[in-house]
Amino acid sequence: MVGIISYGVHIPWHRISHKTISSAMGWFNAASPPGEKAVANYDEDSITMAVSAGMDCLDNLEREKIDGLYFATTTSPYTERQGAGIIATALDIRPDIRIADFAHSTKAGTTALISACEVVKAEAAKSMMLCASDCRLGKPGSTQEHIYGDGGAALLMGDNMVIASLEGYYSLSYDFTGEWRASWEDFGHSLEDRFVQDEGHSKFIPQAISGLLQKYQLSIKDFAKVIYPGPSARLHAAIGRRLGAEPEQIQDPMLTSVGNTGVAHTLIMLVAALEEAKPGDRLLVASYGNGSDALFFQVTEEIENMKDRRGIKDSLALRKELSNYEKYVAFRNILPVEKGIRGEKYEGYFTPLARQWRERRAILALCGSRCKRCGTPQYPPQRICVKPGCGAIDEMEPYRFSDKKGRLFTYTADNLSYSPSPPAIYGMINFEGGGRYWFDFTDCDADSLKVGMPVEMIFRRKYADKEHGMNTYFWKAIPVRT
Amino acid sequence: MAESIKDKVAIIGMGCTKFGELWDKSPEDLIIEAYKETMEDAGIEKKDIQAAWLGSHLDDISIGRGVIIFSMALKLPFIPVTRTENFCATGTEALRGACYAVASGAYDIALALGVEKLKDVGYAGLPESGNLNMEGTLGRFTTPARTAPGAYAMMATGYFAKYGLSPEDGKRTLAKISSKSHHNGTLNPKAHLRREVSVEDVMKAPIIAWPLGLYDCCGVSDGAAAAIVTRADMAKNFRPDPVYVKALQIAASSGEELLYTDYDYAHVETTYRAGIAAYREAGIKNPREELSMMETHDCFSINELTQYEDLGISPRGRAKEDVDAGFFNIDGKIPNEVDGGLKCFGHPIGASGLRMVYEIYKQLQGKAGPRQLKDPKIGLTHNMGGTPPSCVVAVGIVGL
Repeated sequence: MVGIISYGVHIPWHRISHKTISSAMGWFNAASPPGEKAVANYDEDSITMAVSAGMDCLDNLEREKIDGLYFATTTSPYTERQGAGIIATALDIRPDIRIADFAHSTKAGTTALISACEVVKAEAAKSMMLCASDCRLGKPGSTQEHIYGDGGAALLMGDNMVIASLEGYYSLSYDFTGEWRASWEDFGHSLEDRFVQDEGHSKFIPQAISGLLQKYQLSIKDFAKVIYPGPSARLHAAIGRRLGAEPEQIQDPMLTSVGNTGVAHTLIMLVAALEEAKPGDRLLVASYGNGSDALFFQVTEEIENMKDRRGIKDSLALRKELSNYEKYVAFRNILPVEKGIRGEKYEGYFTPLARQWRERRAILALCGSRCKRCGTPQYPPQRICVKPGCGAIDEMEPYRFSDKKGRLFTYTADNLSYSPSPPAIYGMINFEGGGRYWFDFTDCDADSLKVGMPVEMIFRRKYADKEHGMNTYFWKAIPVRT
Repeated sequence: MAESIKDKVAIIGMGCTKFGELWDKSPEDLIIEAYKETMEDAGIEKKDIQAAWLGSHLDDISIGRGVIIFSMALKLPFIPVTRTENFCATGTEALRGACYAVASGAYDIALALGVEKLKDVGYAGLPESGNLNMEGTLGRFTTPARTAPGAYAMMATGYFAKYGLSPEDGKRTLAKISSKSHHNGTLNPKAHLRREVSVEDVMKAPIIAWPLGLYDCCGVSDGAAAAIVTRADMAKNFRPDPVYVKALQIAASSGEELLYTDYDYAHVETTYRAGIAAYREAGIKNPREELSMMETHDCFSINELTQYEDLGISPRGRAKEDVDAGFFNIDGKIPNEVDGGLKCFGHPIGASGLRMVYEIYKQLQGKAGPRQLKDPKIGLTHNMGGTPPSCVVAVGIVGL
């Protein structure tokens, strides 16, 4: 039996209501859908969301046993620098594994999922990690600006303690140019909505599903949940009717709370379904993008062990309204804002990459050291123990801080420092179990912070050096989320 | 057997430029002006200088690296010239170099000069850590986007939390400290900032890094200061009123404060340690009774508050009582920042340590004009570089 062992999600803290968007752009595009969507903070991108979802997925699981990692996205910051490599390093996974980026189509997530399971089935790996995320940009005044949300999901696949086994799959692949984006473009294009819906969504998803049902001699009634994405509530419901599914079978596409999150969308919906699933449930999943992958799972008894995860519900509840459209477009670099010389220097100074390579585990995985003689954890990793009275030299072992919680010891909100979202908030964190360091804060307001409050760590982009094409990633602190 | 530096070295000449936003002055202008005043005060000629120490911190935007700009501006005749740098303690570091050279017996007369040209940076404030690799290449990846005000603001929050001060009471205590220094600045024609600022002005000022506001932070200034030092037994050949070095100590962070969890971020450990060492070297047993005056590193008001305690003058957690009583005002028991301090005189980083000595030097010689204290005998300089958990502090004591 091969399938899903664990899952995780990342839904950005910021939500922007469709009303806010249409207040700003309604003079140009009168559409005003209901609800809101999740949007990345200024320091998030597909890589950071993938790591965050991955951390959620790997909570309390042994990372040494992971034999491969796939990253699925249409919005990697790089065309040559494997996103999966950054993510695997950040998740502190072994380097002697095979990794790949599955890119360029919003169905890449399910394709990667199927491939990962096939690797395990072939006994070429015991477990495989999948991280899928997207951070797509809709042009101001476009339909896509309303539809596209940001988010990430992560799945661990294996053959032991499987919570949902992958029972079958069927793929249809077309060069369908309903929506597309060239490598040199920030914004994509799409043909008229009706063409995309009629020739694309409305055909590929049902065709892939019926192909699957035929292949395995099943009917739509055999499934507890039918999970597929869509750009609008109306179209989503219409596809459901076409499939012959009952309303209660159709998994909520979260279009009024998260939006259409591209590659991540189907998998976020799958995680939501798994949260409510019972042993014995069959889940039917279909993605969309240049065709469709259809697949189905059988939920096992092991699903009971997943009940203490943070999950979709808590992630949705943790939200901050971004009530300012200008801030949203500034965060996405659509609106240039004056950084000043201070800000330009902060971002533009050439990153010492040889150092980053040498200390990638310390920087990307937040791995420090613990003295074997006195047991004191310390970050950054030290060779000479920091504990007064110990001072042991070269008696250290690696010690990971990324999954440790801590307490806020002191902090400030700095109006002088350069920040794309001022004020810059940073503080000193004392970690549970020992160790302390100072970190930037994110996903919080200054007045919500209190000395002594519990905090945890999250992976973010520290700065983007546009001139040298280099994003630098590190960990920031946030108030504990659960 | 190691000996202390007490009474081995004397200062026989000092100079100090006006500090401020000196758009019309280059680093070379500042160097030459400080040098001219110093040489006139010492009454010696260039050929008498046997070795020189230059202190300057932010090379990239100021004076460049090494000593070449300095030795060439002054046309020093192929003598030994050394560059020192230790964040904001750079000025005292330059003085230490000159003093130890003379105390070793290798030289009879040495020059120490500190200079900084901050206002060529092109934007307000100092560069952030992370910029210009101020804390090494690892800092570029791991340190938060931290400014100097922010790093010290965290000590204000830590101090208020530890000693149970409400933000309002805490800020008011800090405001009294800044207001006192602003008053002193009005008495000093060389100071950068020369305006009275009331406690209410300080309380209402825009926040720079919470809880520190505009008037809790010192100015960013250009300037230079210098000293000529000689052997104590030769000093009276040059002038009847030399000033003697009693102690020169430095303490650098061990890493415990930043990386180990005992440090309370409500004091500065290096100030405490350097202070103890300096008092021992100078033979001072009770600083609260024995010091005539101080010039301490008041880059931020919270820093000055903790210095009162770390230097063993106010009891721990109770400096507020001394502030309220005016203990450190110009008419108090131990006047601090008599010349306006970093707060108002300004803080050209490499020059500050020497400017501190300059005020005490002039006070001890009775030449401080409107700021003259009655009968000062011995003064302490405190010069700090870095941030509260990762810093270096130089403490100097000079007297008659």
